[in-house]
Amino acid sequence: MSQYILRRLMIAIPSLLGISLVLFFVLALAPGDPFSELATNPNVPPEVQAALRAKFGLDDPIYLRYLHWLAAMAQGDWGFSFVSRVDVDTLILQRLPTTLYVVGSSQLLALLIAIPVGVYAATRPYSLFDQLANTFAFIGFSLPTFFTGILFILIFSVKLDWLPFVYSSVPGSGIPWLLEMIRQAIMPVMVLGLFQAASMTRFVRSAMLDVIRLDYVTTARAKGLGQAKVIVKHVMRNAMIPVVTLIALQMPAVFGGAIVTEQIFRIPGIGSLLISSILANDTPVVMAVTFVFACLVVLFNLIADVLYGWLDPRISFR
Amino acid sequence: MALLDIKGLKTHFSTDAGILQAVDGVDISINRGETLCVVGESGCGKTVTAMSILKLIAMPPGRIVEGEIMFEGRDLVPLTSRELDDIRAKEIGFIFQEPMTSLNPVLTIGEQIAESLRRHEPVTKKQALERTIEMLKLVQIPNAAGRVHHYPHQFSGGMRQRVMIAMALACRPKLVIADEPTTALDVTIQAQILDLLQDMKERFGMAVMLITHAMGVVAETAQRVVVMYAGKVVEEAPVDELFGNPRHPYTQGLIRSIPRIDLDAEHKTRLEAIGGSVPILINPPVGCRFAPRCKHAMSICTQKEPRLREIAPGHRMACHLGDAS
Repeated sequence: MSQYILRRLMIAIPSLLGISLVLFFVLALAPGDPFSELATNPNVPPEVQAALRAKFGLDDPIYLRYLHWLAAMAQGDWGFSFVSRVDVDTLILQRLPTTLYVVGSSQLLALLIAIPVGVYAATRPYSLFDQLANTFAFIGFSLPTFFTGILFILIFSVKLDWLPFVYSSVPGSGIPWLLEMIRQAIMPVMVLGLFQAASMTRFVRSAMLDVIRLDYVTTARAKGLGQAKVIVKHVMRNAMIPVVTLIALQMPAVFGGAIVTEQIFRIPGIGSLLISSILANDTPVVMAVTFVFACLVVLFNLIADVLYGWLDPRISFR
Repeated sequence: MALLDIKGLKTHFSTDAGILQAVDGVDISINRGETLCVVGESGCGKTVTAMSILKLIAMPPGRIVEGEIMFEGRDLVPLTSRELDDIRAKEIGFIFQEPMTSLNPVLTIGEQIAESLRRHEPVTKKQALERTIEMLKLVQIPNAAGRVHHYPHQFSGGMRQRVMIAMALACRPKLVIADEPTTALDVTIQAQILDLLQDMKERFGMAVMLITHAMGVVAETAQRVVVMYAGKVVEEAPVDELFGNPRHPYTQGLIRSIPRIDLDAEHKTRLEAIGGSVPILINPPVGCRFAPRCKHAMSICTQKEPRLREIAPGHRMACHLGDAS
């Protein structure tokens, strides 16, 4: 098992290298120069500009720049933000916990809704409950988060004034601070979580329906186990195998959605960091943040593979 | 009193095209300790009849429209699925056709056998495991104590069918329904599985309802035979009587379609097939359902449905032939 994980991590290295290569070249091709502001600033003499460019290696050929970046990265040097004038890793480490907190809670919420609703709907296909669940799921994944986000802000912040719509990241401690952290996360977590729950409910339902008519479910019924046990022990465990894969494959979309949601609720996570650094042409930060996203996606795929082997004994870790 | 007595069972399915009369007035009874074979081609309703006994058909679309299923004098038809749970596996065990798909791939075979024991009998986890190993030994699985922790994919088809038998017999049911238990297996394995079933039957003294479409299997195992066609029983007789003196044209056709190796070359005839195929059971025509394929069909056959009647002690059939007298 641990050997399997180790081997999978080794395999992840070339794919991460490939991702970084593509990212780097695409960003190099993108228009915009981090020193464009400097160039138009008459107070900075051209010699200083040239010296700065040389210092950061901006005039080197692209492959050299990539190799520099890679060598620095391997030593744990993530680069230096041109705009914030701090190290990129400090910047990311400041922002990452917030994103993981919001995305993690919303995924948890989505699972807590999708699994019971999907399972129950599948045991009574075409019943009123199933039809209602299907309808809500349809509405849920038809409404984009940037729409529901603004709608939530309008209703719960502007009209009702129940929840804050600007996310504060002032560090603190104590119960009141903790409660405030939870309170301000409610809306973004709901928006992201419900959106995810909608499509997950459909996955769970259809996976359950695929399994429920299989022969071994009839075998289980013939043992007199009772509906609840047949569903939980014999159907659900098998139905979760494809669901795990689908959830893992959706992770890139989840982080993509989180970028938008962070922007709407002004959550200081890495999504909003990415957007502000793109707007400011802060290439090192853009590069690092996209690379962190890539690592997270690779990580979730690995987690899915491990879960897969745990759920399905036919897959062995060899 | 018969152990199981099915009277006038009608199981219908609602489909988009109309009501499918899969089982339409079937009478079958099984005595204690008896082996009864139910034969017929695919789609004749034999599996649906068997599944109806424990309500294992999907309801909806399936529905038991009429009839009673008396098991030890108690009618099973009005019982809810929850009430039937006490009878399933404990009183009536079930062996399914496809050993490859009838076992849950993510649970060990030991767990799948033991859960039945734990459901129906007051045993501890440890006792259940011991009895499971004992059952696996009985069905001749080598190294039972080690194999009990293996998953279905680690077994061959024949071995899986042995596991299914162990599972069906774990709670010592009074009746075992085996739905084509050998159809999916190699011929050599088929014989082993039939022997094993016979062996188990003698050991536990249970009754067996064996559903098959192989006349060879019938000749080898049955005491009594019920021949089904298009959702109805067409003939019923003790096994020797059925093979020696088949009366219904359909039964005669079935028997003539078995290859014979006991005849000399000069006596060998071309293997006969019954022309046509089973009718679709949505709005079936009036009269005898076999009439369109029957060599002896008369005008009455398409007008009036023949009743199942006794023509000799223990021998019943439903055909207008010989009715004229």
